[in-house]
Amino acid sequence: MPVFDLAEQPLRALNAALHASGGDNGRFEVLNPRGAHSVAVGVEHPCEIEVMGPVGYYCGGMNEAGEITVRGSAGPGLAENMMGGRVVVEGDASQYAGATGHGGLLVIRGSAASRCGISLKGLDIVVGGSIGHMSAFMAQSGRMVVLGDAGEALGDSIYEARIYVRGTVKSLGTDCIEKPMRDEHRAEVADLLEAAGIAADPADFRRYGSARKLYHFDVDHADAY
Amino acid sequence: MDRTPRTHPRKSASFDDYTLSEIRRAAATGIYDIRGGGAKRAVPHFDDLLFLGASVSRYPLEGYRERCATDVVLGDRFASKPIHLKIPITIAGMSFGSLSGQAKEALGRGASAAGTSTTTGDGGMTEEERGHSDLLVYQYLPSRYGMNPRDLRRADAIEIVIGQGAKPGGGGMLLGQKISPRVAGMRDLPEGIDQRSACRHPDWTGPDDLEIKIGELREITDWRTPIYVKVGGSRPYYDVALAVKSGADVVVLDGMQGGTAATQEVFIEHVGLPTLACIRPAVQALQDLGMHRKVQLVVSGGIRNGADVAKALALGADAVSIGTAALVALGDNDPRWADDYADLGTVPGAYDDWHEGRDPAGITTQDPALAARLDPAAAGRRLANYLKVMTLEAQTIARACGKSRLSNLEPEDLCALTLEAAAMARVPLAGTDWIPGRGGF
Repeated sequence: MPVFDLAEQPLRALNAALHASGGDNGRFEVLNPRGAHSVAVGVEHPCEIEVMGPVGYYCGGMNEAGEITVRGSAGPGLAENMMGGRVVVEGDASQYAGATGHGGLLVIRGSAASRCGISLKGLDIVVGGSIGHMSAFMAQSGRMVVLGDAGEALGDSIYEARIYVRGTVKSLGTDCIEKPMRDEHRAEVADLLEAAGIAADPADFRRYGSARKLYHFDVDHADAY
Repeated sequence: MDRTPRTHPRKSASFDDYTLSEIRRAAATGIYDIRGGGAKRAVPHFDDLLFLGASVSRYPLEGYRERCATDVVLGDRFASKPIHLKIPITIAGMSFGSLSGQAKEALGRGASAAGTSTTTGDGGMTEEERGHSDLLVYQYLPSRYGMNPRDLRRADAIEIVIGQGAKPGGGGMLLGQKISPRVAGMRDLPEGIDQRSACRHPDWTGPDDLEIKIGELREITDWRTPIYVKVGGSRPYYDVALAVKSGADVVVLDGMQGGTAATQEVFIEHVGLPTLACIRPAVQALQDLGMHRKVQLVVSGGIRNGADVAKALALGADAVSIGTAALVALGDNDPRWADDYADLGTVPGAYDDWHEGRDPAGITTQDPALAARLDPAAAGRRLANYLKVMTLEAQTIARACGKSRLSNLEPEDLCALTLEAAAMARVPLAGTDWIPGRGGF
C-alpha cells in the first residue's frame, strides 16, 4: 500500500499519484496531514484513501470515486462539489461541508459547522452530531440526515433537497417548512443511516423541505427576500 | 380664440420619456425592471481618447509590409499549459441557458477560426461549445451549476468569477421562461422556476480563502491549467492586487458597460465603474507588485472595434474580451428581424429583454423554433470576420504609432478629449501636457 507522509513529501505528489491511480482499486495511506489543505482532491478512480489525522480546507474536493476516510477533523469545504464515492470524517467538520456536492455519500461522525450542505446538488450527507446556522442554504437536491440539532435558518431558500433532523431546529430559513414524515421518508432515512454505519431509529426524525413559494418572482413575497 | 403666445411644450430633463415610462411600468407591476446587456447611459469611454500617431520624433511602420504581432500568452505564471492566443481579443463568459446551444456553438466556431478562446458561463459546459472551441475557458461561479471535475480537466483555463461589470456584487439570474428541461438538468433545478444564483461563493470568503481555493483547483488539475480571476469594475486597484496575492495567473476586469444575461436595470445603470476608469488602477496595482505582464490583465466592457482594443492595450491590458459585440456579430438585434422586434414592443438595436427568451434572432433563447433561426456555421463565420477586422484595425493603429507588437502600445501614444477621460486614463488632455490629478491639480 503506498504511503504518503506529508511531513516529508509535497501535497502535489500525493494528488498526482491519486489521479494516476487508474482505477485499480488501490489503497493509499496519508500520514501527518497536519491540517494540510486540498488533501485527496479530484480523485477520479475507485481507491481507498485513509488520512491519519486532521485536514484543512477542501479535503476530498470534487471526489468522484474515492473512498476517503479522515481519522481526525476536517477544515472548511470538506468534500466540496463531490460527485460520487464516499468521504467519512471521524471528527468534526468546519463550515461549508459538502458544499454544492452532486453525488456520493458524506459522513461526518462529529458535528458540522455553519452552511453544511450549502447549494447541495444531489449529494447525501449524514451528520452524527449537530449542524450550524444556514445549513442547506439554497440546497437544490440531495438529502441531509442530522442526528443532533440544527442551527438558525435551516434550509433558507431551499429548492428540492430533503432534510431530516432528529434533534431541535433553532429556526427555519425563508421558504423552508416542516413536512410530514411518511413511510417512504422513514425508509429513506433508514437507508442513509445504514449506508453511513450509524444506528438510530428513523421514527425519531422530522422532515424539512421547500414551501416552493419563492420559485417565481411575486411582489407579494418581497418581504421574504 | 385666445391668441396669447404660449411656450412650446417642454419635457423635463430629469423626467424624460424613458423615466416616465419606467415609473408607469413600476406602478403597474410592483417589481423592478429586469433586462440584459450592460450600462446604456453615456459614460467616459474609449471614444474620449485619441492616438497621437507618428511624427517627426516617432517612426511609423509600413502598413502593408512590416509585421505587427498580435499574439499573446495568458497564464504562464504558474500553469504548465498556458494559453497562446493568436489575437488579444477573447470571447467573454456567457452561459448556455442564457444563450441557445446554437449560439454557444457559433461563439466557439468563430473564436476558433480567429485563433482565440471562448468562455462558458453560469450553467456549465456544453458539448456544443467544447466541441467547437479550440480554447475554452471554464467559469467557476458561485452557483457551481454544472460544475464537475471532468469538465474542469478538459478546460483550457479556469475562470473564477467573483463579479461582472454589469452587476458587481450581484448573482446570476435566469427566469423561468428559459429553464428548459435541458437547462434545468444541467443546473439541478426544477423546470420553469425563476433561478436566482448566489452572489457569493459557497465555500470561501475573502482573499485568504481564495488563495486556498486556487490551490485546490491547481491540485485537481495537476497545476496544468491557467487560473483566471474575474472581477467587476468596483475597486480595481485592490481587487487586482488581492487576486495577484491569491495566486491568479490572469485577472479579468469587466467594466459597467459589460453585459449580463439578466439583472435589474437599476443595478446595471447605477453600480460599478466605467471600463475606462478601471484600467489604470488595475495596471498600477500590477506595477506596484512588480507583476505587470507576469499576471496578465484582460479588460472587458464596451469593446466594439480595433480602436477600443488598441486603447485598452495601450493603457496596459494584455488582452480584451467581448460579449455584447460578439452577440451582435452573430446576429443579435439585427434589423432583418424588425417586424418581430416590433411585436415585442421594441426596435432593432434596443432589444434587451433577453431574460424572456423570445429573441427573434434566436440567440438569447431556449425556444427550439427561435434557436433554429441561427445557423451556427454562418454565425461563427461572421464572428470570425469581425474578430479579424478588429485585429486589423488595432494593427493599423499600432503601426501608425510605430509598434511592431500590439502589446507595445503605451499610454504615451494617447491623449484625451475630455477632462474626465484624461483623469481616468491618466493621459494628457489633448494639446496639453496636463493629466488631471497629477502635478498638484
